[in-house]
Amino acid sequence: MNTLFDKIWDRHVVQQVEDGPVQVYIDRLYCHEVTSPQAFDGMRERGIKCLRPDKIFCMPDHNTPTHDQDKPIADPVSKQQVDALAANAAEFGLTHFGMMDPRNGIIHVVGPERGLSLPGMTIVCGDSHTSTHGAVGAVAFGIGTSEVEMVLASQCILQQKPKSMRISVEGKLGKGVTAKDVALYIMSKMTTSGATGYFVEYAGSAIRSLSMEGRLTLSNLSIEMGARGGFIAPDEVTFEYLKGREYAPKGEAWDKAVEEWKTLKSGDDAVFDKEILFKAEDIEPMVTYGTNPGMGMGISSTIPAVEDIPESGRESFSRALDYMQFAPGDSLKGKKVDYVFCGSCTNGRIEDFRAFASIAGGRKKADWVTAWLVPGSWMVKKQIEDEGLDKVLAAAGFEIRQPGCSACLAMNDDKIPAGKLAVSTSNRNFQGRQGPGSRTVLASPLMAAAAAVTGYITDPRTLL
Amino acid sequence: MKQKFNIIKSTCVPLPLENVDTDQIIPARFLKATTKDEKFYGDNLFCDWRFNADGTPNAGFVLNNPLYGGEILVAGKNFGSGSSREHAAWAIAGYGFKVVISSFFADIHKNNELNNFVLPVVVSEAFLAELFDSIAKDPATEVTVDVPAQTVTNMATGHSEHFDINGYKKYCLMNALDDIDFLLQSKDKIEAWEKANA
Repeated sequence: MNTLFDKIWDRHVVQQVEDGPVQVYIDRLYCHEVTSPQAFDGMRERGIKCLRPDKIFCMPDHNTPTHDQDKPIADPVSKQQVDALAANAAEFGLTHFGMMDPRNGIIHVVGPERGLSLPGMTIVCGDSHTSTHGAVGAVAFGIGTSEVEMVLASQCILQQKPKSMRISVEGKLGKGVTAKDVALYIMSKMTTSGATGYFVEYAGSAIRSLSMEGRLTLSNLSIEMGARGGFIAPDEVTFEYLKGREYAPKGEAWDKAVEEWKTLKSGDDAVFDKEILFKAEDIEPMVTYGTNPGMGMGISSTIPAVEDIPESGRESFSRALDYMQFAPGDSLKGKKVDYVFCGSCTNGRIEDFRAFASIAGGRKKADWVTAWLVPGSWMVKKQIEDEGLDKVLAAAGFEIRQPGCSACLAMNDDKIPAGKLAVSTSNRNFQGRQGPGSRTVLASPLMAAAAAVTGYITDPRTLL
Repeated sequence: MKQKFNIIKSTCVPLPLENVDTDQIIPARFLKATTKDEKFYGDNLFCDWRFNADGTPNAGFVLNNPLYGGEILVAGKNFGSGSSREHAAWAIAGYGFKVVISSFFADIHKNNELNNFVLPVVVSEAFLAELFDSIAKDPATEVTVDVPAQTVTNMATGHSEHFDINGYKKYCLMNALDDIDFLLQSKDKIEAWEKANA
């Protein structure tokens, strides 16, 4: 009761359906090319138009190649999907940031950086990582394609109200410990289903100390513990980040908005369905060793023994280790790395490339490592160039590619070959996620850079 | 596919693994289709477990085992985690499953199943363990899912459990109605909300 989640959610209730879900008004719908075409087909079959086309923004990101975007996409199936989004946006009168548009990029990077995602909003997209936008103090969650169609048609969605959870991280984060490590640590404690049915508010001094980029990383990974979304109450960090951005309010409207946004916080008497507390001091740079993001550990730890796993989970655990070619008791330090991927809606922002360059700069990429550095948007790519990071990284043997989801889910050409071990700053280490047979270790941009320059999984603190 | 639900009695396909994510249910490379061709997705359900790298069926995977079949998939805890891709629900429906039984479902996938007339039935850990046991002993074990009564019964043991579904969604399933039909009728309420929150 009286949580920030309640405040935002309750304000958006259009009606409570009798003995059923809640009809919730949606302030912003984002559409990418993968989960929207069937929703637009449904609209055509029903012969209806979008109720509020001005609240809907479309952009391709999953299929986009990370080079030669000025040329037609070579893969005809990818091209068809990207072209379908452009055609659907035009037909239904929706704003579309197509490939090569300077505003294009990964939808969850573009929304916040263009000021399209604002505090107090309800935001949805046919993509589980929509939780990212919670970082600005919004209620943001992923939905299926049928639900995309609901919002296209009615600007509303039918949902059960989730339960509320507050996860607080108190204290000061250690050297080399980033928002990604905080998230992977929380996932490792919560497991991949520990927050299913909940909306999570992140709080505590360690969370407050995070930059906007860090908060976006943390909120992004909420879905990996099953939560529909995760968010952080807006504060000066939020307002400073949003001010002046293209779609953010301007002038008097800005002042008025900030006054209102300052009221967006949980009451001192707020009651959560669940409260969890972690200590910042307990978190070290993290790696995953298995095939879901909850299978993570500190870089100094070793993989648990089978006996330490609850019986019903042992078969999944053993299958995961077999797939990863790791054994119980193994340390990941010193494992030889084939690929490094820095990018995605999790870690594809300017701060992530600054972090990567802080270790890679002045060193050389290991000969045997293939590294893909993929900015989350054209804006991030420009920031990298404006700050000269591209030159620092080029001198170390790294090339900055063009923006998109890329190797996070390998829907374009950026696929990790079968059996190869990749250290990735993305969000999922599922079997085959980065290409059939690929083996993924999730980590921060610092850990990825350390792996790229040494060729082995390495504690990044030794290189800082 | 829109269909009316009432009482389903069927043998089951057991998948006693936990945390089966939607990338396993349907890998990302099958997400490039722009149509909702359930047969295409169904043909590729659990593709990387079901087929070897050379495209031949993996004899060790349950969908390729002729002992098992039916309209009910029985899966381990936390089924459908990860990506929001509705293609996973289309694949399950396209393969011919009408019901998925598990002790726990991921939120988005659960909604996606319901929106595609696949019924997710949440049972207790004990019921699930016993059901896996019954199917292991006798692959011909049947389960009855009675939607009007909201009960699920392991016919081998006779053990039965109540399952939850809200009255609205139950009505939709039993009458083959979807949420968009409902939302389109609420335009007055939507406009009233917009006016109040302008």
